[in-house]
Amino acid sequence: MIKSTTPSLAPRRVPTPAASWHDRKHLVQIGLLAVLLLAPLSAYLLGHVYYVNLASRLTLIAMAAVGLNLAIGYGGMVSFGHAAYFGLGGYVAGISAYHAFDFTPVIGWPIVIPGSDSMLAIWLATMLVCGLLALVIGTVSLRTSGVYFIMITLAFAQMVYYFANSWPTYGGEDGLPIYLRNSLPMVDTQDPLTFFLICFGGLVMSLALTSRIMKSRFGAALTMARLNETRLATAGIAPYPIRLVAFVISAMITGLAGALYADLNGFVSPTMLSWHMSGELMVIVILGGVGRLYGPLAGAILFVMMETLLGGLTEYWKLFLGLVLLLVVLFAKHGVMGWLAGRERP
Amino acid sequence: MTDAVLTLAHLNKRFGALQATRDVTLDLRPGEIHALIGPNGAGKSTLIAQIAGSLKPDSGGIHLAGQEITSLSVAQRARLGLGRSFQVSSLAEPLTVLRNVMIATQALQGHSFRFWKPVHRDESLLTPATAALERMELTHRADTPVSELSHGERRQVEVACALALTPRVLLLDEPMAGLGPEGSARLTELLETLKHEVPILLVEHDMDAVFRLADRISVLVAGGVIAHGDSAAIRANPQVREAYLGD
Repeated sequence: MIKSTTPSLAPRRVPTPAASWHDRKHLVQIGLLAVLLLAPLSAYLLGHVYYVNLASRLTLIAMAAVGLNLAIGYGGMVSFGHAAYFGLGGYVAGISAYHAFDFTPVIGWPIVIPGSDSMLAIWLATMLVCGLLALVIGTVSLRTSGVYFIMITLAFAQMVYYFANSWPTYGGEDGLPIYLRNSLPMVDTQDPLTFFLICFGGLVMSLALTSRIMKSRFGAALTMARLNETRLATAGIAPYPIRLVAFVISAMITGLAGALYADLNGFVSPTMLSWHMSGELMVIVILGGVGRLYGPLAGAILFVMMETLLGGLTEYWKLFLGLVLLLVVLFAKHGVMGWLAGRERP
Repeated sequence: MTDAVLTLAHLNKRFGALQATRDVTLDLRPGEIHALIGPNGAGKSTLIAQIAGSLKPDSGGIHLAGQEITSLSVAQRARLGLGRSFQVSSLAEPLTVLRNVMIATQALQGHSFRFWKPVHRDESLLTPATAALERMELTHRADTPVSELSHGERRQVEVACALALTPRVLLLDEPMAGLGPEGSARLTELLETLKHEVPILLVEHDMDAVFRLADRISVLVAGGVIAHGDSAAIRANPQVREAYLGD
């Protein structure tokens, strides 16, 4: 009899806590968002604007990592070049503001595209530009896999980096300042708390979008492309276009975070495009838990806290980051989220 | 020939000096099980790979329901109704049985670029997937991750996945591989109930199963078909006995 009488040799998971694990996961998720929201709120009330801006930075890095997590965690595409989209988003914000300030067009011929200091226009342009870049990079890179994919995405990102570095019009290696933070209708974006709330909204939206997508048919196909692409093709779904679209969406989210990041700092430079940035985002995804929805947020909180607390003590704080990363990879493969919220159920 | 669902015409495939497929011509008719047997290294897997689309033949043509599919991709062939199972189970281990089968029903309903509606309450996916599981008597395992299944159950899931495509043709690559006598007998029974719904091209080592199930048998040796006929004819064929049955 093959029926259910077959004893499973593996130790069975205790059946009862299934529901409570689920609840615990939701509690952790709500807890993380609540901390992220309440910390800058109280800092603002106490007059510590520095911490409000720090929270905005954390939020945007988390959002960028949410984008990367869609590629790495859900799609199994280990991109080592997401700084390209993060930085490009930053440059879209910077260049657009620069031309709006100058009253010169971004592109003068054959069609005229004026500069703009409207965040809405900048976000739209960012999604378009980052999506296009990801389409080009993805089309080529997704023909490879494994180590080759990692290297080719890195190579493309480095091309973008060196291009920005050597293009004098927009500051080259010195970067490009944004003199006045870009604007939104009816909102004072200069106010640190208001700007934090915009960033927070962006993070929540990208989390909600990722969650929704991964529950849809597209998500089911992407999951199968990661777990077993032969099965997906045998079922009649070609894996390549599914991956490519996921890669493009991933880049758009990271790009949007980058556009806001440039606005936060009032400055964009090739540093945002460098491979250190790609590496940082990757580290955050791994710290938080690869393929966990709230992993990037948990990872970003850990990362920024270590940077702030240990970075104040020693400039070699990354030594400790390395140790923590080592511990996570060796002992907590599901990252901070796996540790806080338990394993993901199938 | 005219009413055949699947036709292979003069297929050839060469890897360097090795002729893995040698002028293979065979067909599969509605309502039959056509078994493909042959000793190890006869080129069965290479032939299956060419039918499924993961290998391109050097020459020759493959037709599915009258349509030339020789240059189509694996996914395109699957959409045209070619369901297959693998010699070594190829399933998504961490996912539940139901999720594995649902991917096939999803593909049936057109493109997968639908980003909004959650699949877990999409009846148009759940109903046919559940039906396929029922056919393979797996309903009670629907919510179990594949990683927790026995070997025999995995083989059944493989077939259920292929069935969920509502295929015109089933291509089963050694479905009995690694099954004990009991599991093998059980799967044989399940396949027997299927054959009038969908014709099956069966590659199998288990001779009991082949002789019981197959309406026609083709024997592949060194890449070429050396004999062709019903079970009695194959059993009696001296060439086959020498090459394969071992006496």
